[in-house]
Amino acid sequence: MNQQNNQRRRWLSVFSLLSLGAWLTPILAFAKKPEAMEAIAQIVGSQTPQDGRVQLIIPPLVENGNLVALKVSVESPMTAQDYVKAIHVIAEGNPLPNIFSAFLTPRSGTANITTRVRLGESQRVWAIAQMSDGSFWRGYADTLVTLSACTESV
Amino acid sequence: MSKTSRTAITMPAQAKKDSIIEIRAIAQHDMETGYRYTEAGKLVPRDIIRFFTCQYNGTEIFRAEFHPGTGANPLIIFTTIAKESGTLQFEWRGDDGYEAFNQSQITVT
Repeated sequence: MNQQNNQRRRWLSVFSLLSLGAWLTPILAFAKKPEAMEAIAQIVGSQTPQDGRVQLIIPPLVENGNLVALKVSVESPMTAQDYVKAIHVIAEGNPLPNIFSAFLTPRSGTANITTRVRLGESQRVWAIAQMSDGSFWRGYADTLVTLSACTESV
Repeated sequence: MSKTSRTAITMPAQAKKDSIIEIRAIAQHDMETGYRYTEAGKLVPRDIIRFFTCQYNGTEIFRAEFHPGTGANPLIIFTTIAKESGTLQFEWRGDDGYEAFNQSQITVT
């Protein structure tokens, strides 16, 4: 009887640890977020990016995180006086938050960039645009990734 | 020794003056992230393309910096205004002395 009770106790502790683990994983996932914020802070410096003008398009549900089509467009007249200087894309959940940076000129005509990126997990992806007047604007998109990039072995 | 690989540019050969043209650039490259391990548990070193530039008759009109978050065989689509006839030069540079060049002619009417 006593032994049975002991075993039950052991099982209970195992289950409680497991359930605790389930709670811990999301916390760990969020722990990467400051890195992304730091990456953004490095881009914008002392300024705070304003929301809007930047549109980031990624599929809301991604089957394979290894190759995700990503489109960024920034509202801008793209004249010599007022144009988008740079677009930076930052992923919150990737081991390295920076994905790519594109540097435009007034001769770009539009501020539309399409490329393919890797996403480590379901996360929010940010796009930061630097205007010629020095202001920063940002936009984001959330996505669900079923098969993560960068976990497989060769 | 420097490395290179196949790269390709898709863009219109003719355009009206001051119209916006779309340029698609793609490079054949694994873009090894530096986060993957071999079966034996050895870390695969990072090997990616870092920079891409586009020059229109010698003036830089577009530049991109890639990080490991960019997918394999990087594709980048951007736009420019067709100002004058001439040559567009594309340049890719990466780790381990990787470099690749492309040239495209455009006739602007």
